[in-house]
Amino acid sequence: MSSKIEKWLETNTFHHGEFWDIRKLVEMKEAQGLKISLCIPTLNEEKTIGKEIVIFRSELMERYPLIDEFAVIDSGSEDKTLEVAASFGADVYSAADILPEVGDKRGKGENLWKAIYQLKGDIIVYVDADIKNIHPRFVTGIVAPLIYNETIKYCKAFYDRPMAYSSGIRSSGGGRVTEILIRPLFSLFFPELSSLIQPLSGEFAVRREVLERIPFPIGYGVETAHILDVYKEWGLEAFAQCDLDQRIHRNQTTTALGKMSFGILQTFINRLKRYGMVDRLPEMATLYRQFQAEGNRYEQLTREIVEYERPPMITIPAYRKKYGIKD
Amino acid sequence: MFKSIDQIIEAIPTHRENLQPLREILLANALMIGEIPAPTYSEVERITFLSNRFTEDGLQNISIDEAGNGMAIVPGTKGENNILVCAHADTVFNQKVDHAMSVGPDSIQGPGISDNSLGLAAIVTLPEILKRLNLQFEDNLILMGCSRSLGHGDLGGIRFFLENNKLPIRAGICVEGVQLGRLSYASIGMLRGEINVNVPTEYDWTKFGASGSVVLLTKVVQRIMEIPIASEPKTRILFGSINAGTSFGTQPTSANLRFEIRSEQVGMVSNLKQEIEDIIDEIANASDTELELSVIAQRAPAGLAYGHPMVRTMRQIINALDIKPHVEPSVGELSGLINKGIPSVTLGLTKGKYKNEFKESIEIQPIFDGLSQLVALLQSIDGGFCDEQ
Repeated sequence: MSSKIEKWLETNTFHHGEFWDIRKLVEMKEAQGLKISLCIPTLNEEKTIGKEIVIFRSELMERYPLIDEFAVIDSGSEDKTLEVAASFGADVYSAADILPEVGDKRGKGENLWKAIYQLKGDIIVYVDADIKNIHPRFVTGIVAPLIYNETIKYCKAFYDRPMAYSSGIRSSGGGRVTEILIRPLFSLFFPELSSLIQPLSGEFAVRREVLERIPFPIGYGVETAHILDVYKEWGLEAFAQCDLDQRIHRNQTTTALGKMSFGILQTFINRLKRYGMVDRLPEMATLYRQFQAEGNRYEQLTREIVEYERPPMITIPAYRKKYGIKD
Repeated sequence: MFKSIDQIIEAIPTHRENLQPLREILLANALMIGEIPAPTYSEVERITFLSNRFTEDGLQNISIDEAGNGMAIVPGTKGENNILVCAHADTVFNQKVDHAMSVGPDSIQGPGISDNSLGLAAIVTLPEILKRLNLQFEDNLILMGCSRSLGHGDLGGIRFFLENNKLPIRAGICVEGVQLGRLSYASIGMLRGEINVNVPTEYDWTKFGASGSVVLLTKVVQRIMEIPIASEPKTRILFGSINAGTSFGTQPTSANLRFEIRSEQVGMVSNLKQEIEDIIDEIANASDTELELSVIAQRAPAGLAYGHPMVRTMRQIINALDIKPHVEPSVGELSGLINKGIPSVTLGLTKGKYKNEFKESIEIQPIFDGLSQLVALLQSIDGGFCDEQ
């Protein structure tokens, strides 16, 4: 398994710098007759949405026609998100107005799901609206692997989050929820998926043929469900991931991350049930997989973690003798 | 080719309208430039961005020179002469400052957006602007992002360019983000200096009383403030920053004062410098400490006449925008150009607030007035309407 993961890391993990030539990307896209849609799901993002729209429209629609269609899909913002988005010419939709016959649920997953109906692209690129250091690479980096390789169906972004490192090698991991919840769960039950460095990142590009065939939890579990379902149906080969360097966004409180983890855990256990794994859990893996980066090369760090258990002290004869415990 | 200045001015409203579709491209350039930190002497990443943009637009002679200036040429139909359009690339903010810009429906906020990310953005967007307006000039345009402009940089970029450039330059335009209506056609006499106080380690505190470097520097400031300065021609001494000491109860042994003298009167800056040197010598001798004046930058006053055709044209253009021209002298790139005998002006592109503060902001809509003003001036220079007869 390790060699499969290593091979996948070698062939399906990219750095956005590999795709700097947007002109070439556009040529490849046009040669394949692909249409690409960009969706930004929003809920009260007035501070960052304007910049995202300006930069994506300028760089990826007007300067280089990589994106054919661009929509903001909102969950009911109460601030000026919609006003700002519209003022820069974005197509703005309320999630509630799309497919009204199926009703309206509140959550980011709802916006992502309804985008499949609303947008026409063969590939849909999702980018969160809370990115402070927005740049065209947030789209080019995740859509390029799908343009260049037709076997790739789902590409995730990951980011460098260095706190500090003194040598050339640095640890490269996800956010807190990924490292504390998702990576241990994947390592235990779906070890190949532990090769995704940031499975929860909100930036990903997916082919329509995949999006239209997977269910969408509407809350915190949407990214986790996607990864599990796509993996189950199409395998690790369908995935790619791209390093987009740094992403600056607002930090969430530990309490908020607790809520997120609770939602994700529900989704995860639902998936175990759906896959028939609850009653026949696989042999638990004891290899824990993390990552380190050297330059643009990523490698796994595997650690054998065996949770050996000691029996209750009272069962130890020496203990019983010392304290005069009789049978 | 326009036959008169009136025709150029009549075209301004049409240009302003036709430039609206370029809003996202211009703003994206300003945002991406603004989010690259560029303190003086560390402009390389910004200049590289400019250079890449010039390459994408198919410009000629794209280069980054030894001083770190980034430039390119938009070739003219005749190309016998050159018009320099420049903007300084450095900012007053250091690398650690959060350079994230935020965009509202009517404004952009972020450190350095007006000084001078917007100015640079106008320069890199100019080829696209000319394409959209279907304009081609007889003269070449030299587009340049200047390095090492502010503070200790002392206009190092433009000075290097002017000392080493071989191309004939007909006129220069310095582009600043704010304020729309600004018209600078003269450089003011200026001296930027630092006064350093160092109390020797063997200093006998009992002999000279309990004075540390803070007290000594304060005396210097008081004495400078006592120098009589006439209200006309305008002269000003600005104390910009002061640094001294380490804590509440420790005798400070060093102190540093940064100041700037500006004067419209020839010779006044030199006279004031001499007076400050005398004050420093006197206080140093009386206190047995080391006081030193270092000159960081100095410029002589010079400029175009108010009636120079380029200044007159600019006034007409600004008036056509229904804005009152705001005449102010410059200590920026303009002074380098004027001292080389190149007729030049500095203009501003939009309205803005809080220049050089973290909450610096610009208004979006007036930018189109600012850009059409820049285009009209280029047309006027290219058409020969700004040449002295």
